[in-house]
Amino acid sequence: MNTKLQFDFLVDKQKNTLTIKKEFAASRQQVWDCYTKSELLDKWFAPKPLTTKTSFMNFKEGGYWHYVMIDPDGQEYWSRLDYETITPIENYTALDGFCDASGALNPDLPRSKWDVTFTEKSGNCLVQTIGYYNSTRALEQIIDMGMQDGMTSTLERLDELLVTLAQK
Amino acid sequence: MDNNCNTLDSAFHALADPTRRAVIQQLGKGSATVSELAAPFDMALPSFMKHIGVLESSGLIESRKIGRVRTCEIKAKRLADVEKWFDEQRKIWERRYENLDSLLNELNGDKNEY
Repeated sequence: MNTKLQFDFLVDKQKNTLTIKKEFAASRQQVWDCYTKSELLDKWFAPKPLTTKTSFMNFKEGGYWHYVMIDPDGQEYWSRLDYETITPIENYTALDGFCDASGALNPDLPRSKWDVTFTEKSGNCLVQTIGYYNSTRALEQIIDMGMQDGMTSTLERLDELLVTLAQK
Repeated sequence: MDNNCNTLDSAFHALADPTRRAVIQQLGKGSATVSELAAPFDMALPSFMKHIGVLESSGLIESRKIGRVRTCEIKAKRLADVEKWFDEQRKIWERRYENLDSLLNELNGDKNEY
């Protein structure tokens, strides 16, 4: 149904940025709500088969979202997103970070900055997300951690499962 | 173009030496500290460090110092890891957005019923 909706994923290795563009068949207000209300974020933010649970949310400048993604084995991945600037239904910027269940940030890991822009596109909503990593070194630290933390292997297991199911 | 040739030249130069080839071979099994790499060779550490320096400036390996320990790894492995990580990020965002697409459908479906 939504196969014609735009999805772009661009990597700039010189500048250490990720740019993700996605079109949604919904109004800008509705997509904005899905990004900024915790009860809606909980319904989509974790990639399947993981689930999201909000521990704390205060969507305002200087506020933050503290949440956990849980994999089917019960393994928890805690993060927090600190909101820096908010221009309702147009844009917000935030600092991403790895933390524990109490919300205390892991001081050994660098944080990345996210700049998220919502625009109208012929009745649909286009969301552009730019992720900035401070340096190649910062990005590498996050990559090293990602290789260890197992979330990606959860996704790989899902891929295998989907292949198995498709064969039946 | 010139730049590519220079890189190749320095890579060939780096690999022309048996000690440096052995180091590359060892690093192919995973990253290692300079002292681990130096252990099999009957060579003073400053001379061994020169070999590490040649390999590093050729772009074949890279090293980083944490405290007093310098760890080396093959750069191609690092590049492959970075490649893999970006690929996984892409998967995460694709899945996330599949969820959001269906959530928005659901929300709009609900609205139409009233």
